[in-house]
Amino acid sequence: MKINNLVLQTITKVIVFLILLYSVDLFFAGHYTPGGGFIGGLMASGAIVLLLITYDIKFVKKIFPINFIYVTAIGLLISTLTGMIAVLFNKPFLTHFFNKHAHLPLLGETSLHTAALFDLGVFLVVVGVTMTIIQTIGEDD
Amino acid sequence: MSILHWVVLSPFLYTLLIPIAYKLMKKVHTGWFVLPLPILLFIYFCSNIGATSNLQAKTESIAWIPSLGIDFSVKLDGLGMLFSLLISGIGALVILYSIYYLDKNKEKINQFYVYLLLFMGAMLGVVLSDNLIALYMFWEITSISSFLLIGFWNNRSNSRYGAIKSMAITVFGGLSLLAGIILLYIMTGSFTISEIITIVQQESIISHPLFILAMICILLGAFTKSAQFPFHIWLPDAMEAPTPVSSYLHSATMVKAGIYLVARLSPVFAVSGYWIWIVSLVGIITLLYGSFFAVKQVDLKGLLAYSTISQLGMIMSLLGIGAAGAHYNNDSVYYVATAAAVFHLVNHATFKGSLFMMVGIVDHETGTRDIRRLGGLMKIMPITFAIALIGSLSMAGIPPFNGFLSKEMFFASMLNIREFNMFQLDTWGVLLPIIAWIGSIFTFVYSMILVFKTFTGRYQPEKLSTKPHEAPMGMLISPIVLVSLVLVFGLFPGLLANTILSPAITSIYGGGVYDLHIYHWHGFEPELFMTIGVIVFGTILYLTVRKWAVIYQSIPVIWNSIYDKLFGETENLFSRMTNRYMTGSLRTYLFYIFTFFILILSYTLFAKDGFTIDTLRLAPIGGYEVVLSLVLVVSAISILFSKSRLTSIILLGAVGYTVSLFYVVFRAPDLALTQLVIETVSVALFLLCFYHLPRNARKKESIPFKLSNAVISVLVGLVIMLIAIASYSTKLFDSISQYYVENTYLKAAGENMVNVILVDFRGFDTLFEIAVLSIAAIGIYSMITLRMGGKKNENK
Repeated sequence: MKINNLVLQTITKVIVFLILLYSVDLFFAGHYTPGGGFIGGLMASGAIVLLLITYDIKFVKKIFPINFIYVTAIGLLISTLTGMIAVLFNKPFLTHFFNKHAHLPLLGETSLHTAALFDLGVFLVVVGVTMTIIQTIGEDD
Repeated sequence: MSILHWVVLSPFLYTLLIPIAYKLMKKVHTGWFVLPLPILLFIYFCSNIGATSNLQAKTESIAWIPSLGIDFSVKLDGLGMLFSLLISGIGALVILYSIYYLDKNKEKINQFYVYLLLFMGAMLGVVLSDNLIALYMFWEITSISSFLLIGFWNNRSNSRYGAIKSMAITVFGGLSLLAGIILLYIMTGSFTISEIITIVQQESIISHPLFILAMICILLGAFTKSAQFPFHIWLPDAMEAPTPVSSYLHSATMVKAGIYLVARLSPVFAVSGYWIWIVSLVGIITLLYGSFFAVKQVDLKGLLAYSTISQLGMIMSLLGIGAAGAHYNNDSVYYVATAAAVFHLVNHATFKGSLFMMVGIVDHETGTRDIRRLGGLMKIMPITFAIALIGSLSMAGIPPFNGFLSKEMFFASMLNIREFNMFQLDTWGVLLPIIAWIGSIFTFVYSMILVFKTFTGRYQPEKLSTKPHEAPMGMLISPIVLVSLVLVFGLFPGLLANTILSPAITSIYGGGVYDLHIYHWHGFEPELFMTIGVIVFGTILYLTVRKWAVIYQSIPVIWNSIYDKLFGETENLFSRMTNRYMTGSLRTYLFYIFTFFILILSYTLFAKDGFTIDTLRLAPIGGYEVVLSLVLVVSAISILFSKSRLTSIILLGAVGYTVSLFYVVFRAPDLALTQLVIETVSVALFLLCFYHLPRNARKKESIPFKLSNAVISVLVGLVIMLIAIASYSTKLFDSISQYYVENTYLKAAGENMVNVILVDFRGFDTLFEIAVLSIAAIGIYSMITLRMGGKKNENK
C-alpha cells in the first residue's frame, strides 16, 4: 500500500520546518496578535501529522524519539507550577506577573510575562495529547 | 504562608524527595532519611507548648477560595497541640521501628514511606485546620493513605479486602461529614470553626430545622472514622496492614480523628440533648462490645484491634459526659470528664502503641500471632515481655501506670452523671456506670490474656516456623520509649496536667486557665471500689475463661455479614445495570447521548420560557455569507449520500473549513486559526482510525433504524438552532466584553484579548481543559494498549 510519493516527500521535508517555525512564532505572538499556546501546539502537531502521512510512523518515531505521554505530563506540570508561583508570593493561584520593559542580553528590550510560561504548558499538552492519540492509534495493528 | 502552613505541608513536600533518596542511596534504609522530619516537627511543636499552655492560640490564614469563604487557615491551640505532639512523636517512633521491621530489600519501602508521610501531613492538617473544608480535604486524604497502607501487601487477598472495607466505610462517613459541614454552613454562614463557635454562642441554632440532620451527618463521619459501634468492623480487618501502620494509624492517631472532631464541635452541638445521648451511648456501647469481643480473639492483633475499638468508645463516651457538663454549666463534671478523655487519649497512644510494637516483634521473631501457638516466651524474650507486661497492666487500669489514673477519672465521670436530671434513676442513664464497669472488667481480662497467654504457660516450639529469640535493639527502642512514658506519666501525671492536658480542655470550650490536678489516691471513694471490683472479677473471669468462653458461640455476630451482603449486592446490582446499557456499540451510546441532550435542552428551553426571537438587532446578509452557507449545506448533505468513507471524511473537512471561513468573515482570526488547524489534525485522525476499520463499504441498514437516526439528527439540529436564536435574542445581563476591552492591557499587559482571556482572566478554565485533554489522552492510550495486551493473552 506504500506509494512512493516523491513530490509530497520533497515538499514535506522543507515545509515541516516552516510549519514548526510558524508554530513557535504563533506561540510567542499570542499575547499581542492572534496565536497562543493552543494554536501553536496544534500547528506543531499538524507538522508532525504531515510527516506521518507522507512517511510512516516509524520514520516519525526516529525523528522524535520521545514518549509523548511525558510531554503531556511535563506541560501540565509547567502550567500548574506557573500558577503556584503566585501562591508563594501570597497572591491567589494563577495570578500572573509581568514586566513590559525588560532588558535582556542579545534580545534587547522585550516584555516578560509568566502567562507565556503557562502557555508553554498548554503548548506542550496539546502537542503531547494529539501525538499520543495519533501514535497509539497508528501503532495499533 | 506562615511557618505553621509549612509545617502542615512539609510531609507532603518531603514525599517528593523519597524516590530520589531511595534511588540514590540503595544501601541505606530509606527510613533513616524520613526519620528527621517527624523529629523536627516534634521539636517545633514542643517549642510552642509555652504559648499554648498560656492559652495563646497561634492562628495563621491564607486565602484559598475567598469568594466561597474557604481559606487554608491553621490554628495551633491546646487540643491541636496535644494531637500534633502525638502525630509527630509517635510518628518518629513508628518510623524508627519500621526501619527494623520492614526489610529494605524485600519490601517496597519507598512506597511505604510516601504513604506514611502522606498520612502524617493529612493528619496534621486535620487537627490544625480551622476551616472545615480544609479539614474535610485532609480528612479524606487520611482515609486514602490508610487505604493504601492497609493494602500495602496487595498480593494478599485479605489485605485488599481490609483496605476496601476501611475505605468504603470511612469514605461513606467522610461524605456524610461533608454534608454535615455544608448544613452547618447553611445555618451559620461560615466554614471557620472558631467563627462558627462564636456565632452559635451569640445566637443558638438549636431550633433550626437542619440542626439535627447536620449533627447526625457529622457524627456519622466521626463514628465511622473512630470505629464506633456498629461501624467498628473495618478496624479488625485493617490489621492486615504492616504492624508499624497498625500502631500509628489504627491505634494512636487516625482513629482518633473522630474523637478530635467530636471534641472540636462539641461547643456547637452540646446545647442539644441528642448530642449528649448519642455520643455517650454509642461510646459506652462500643466500649462494652469491643472489650467483650476482644476476649474471644485468638490473633494478637485482632485482640488489640477490638481493644482499640473499646478504648475509643470509652473516650467518646467521656466526651459525651463532658458535653453534658457543659450543657448544664456544671464545671466540675465537665472538667473531670474532658480531662479523663484527653488524658486517656495520650495514655492510650503510649500503651497501645507499645503493645502493637510488641506484637509486631513477637510476630517478627516467631512467625505467628496466634495465641494458641504461642506461650512461654518470657525466658526467650525478656525485654519484650517487660514491655508487654507494663503496657497491659496500664491498659487494664492497674496502679501505678498511667492507664490507672485515666480509668479512675473515667469511673469518677461516670458516677458524676447522677447529678443530672437526664441521667436520673428513672431514665436509662443509670445503666451508664454499670456498663462502663462491666466493660472495664473485660478490658482487664483481655489485657491478661494478651500478656500471659503469650509469655507464660507452655512453650510450644513445634508449632512455630522459626526459632524465636529476642528482637534486635533497634526494634526495641521505640516500644521501650513508649512504656517508659507509660511509667513516667503514671508516676508524675503533673508533667502533663498543666502543660498539655489543661490547655487542650480549655481550648475546646474556651474559658480561663484551668488548674488540673491528677491524684493517685482519692480516699475511699466509689471509684476505688470499682477498680478493686474490676481486678477481683477480672481475675476470676480470666482464670475461668475456658469455661465461659462457650457463650461466644451462641452470640451471633451479624455486622460483618451485613457489610458483605450490602457490598456484594450493590456490586451485583450495578454491574448488571451497567451491562444492560453498555453494549459496546458506539451507535447506541450516541443514541443515548443525543436523546438525553434533546429531551433535557428542549424541556428546559420551553419549561423556563426561554425561547424568544428578536429580529431588531440583525446584521445585513452579504454575498460571502450566502455563498459560504450554500457550500456548508451542500457539503453537509452530500456526506449522507457519499458511498465511500474517504469521501465522507473529506466532505466533513470541507464543512469544518467553511465554518472557519465564517470566522474570518466575522473577524475572529483566533477562532479561524484554531478551527483550521483542528480541522486538519482531526481529518488526519479520522484517516488513521478509518484505516483500521473493515474495508467494506457502508452496510445496508434497516428502514426503522435509518428513520430513528434521521429523527434524532434533525431534532438535535433543531434544538441547537432554537438555542442559538434564543441566546442571541435574550440579553438578561450586560455583556462582560466591555470589561475585557478595558482591562486587557491595563491588568494583564496583553493586546490579544482572546489569548489574555485564555491564559489570564479565565486561566482556571484553560488549566482544567488541558487536564481533561491529558486524561483523554491517557484514556485512549491505556484503552488501546490494554486491548492489545488482552489480544496477546488470547493468542497464547
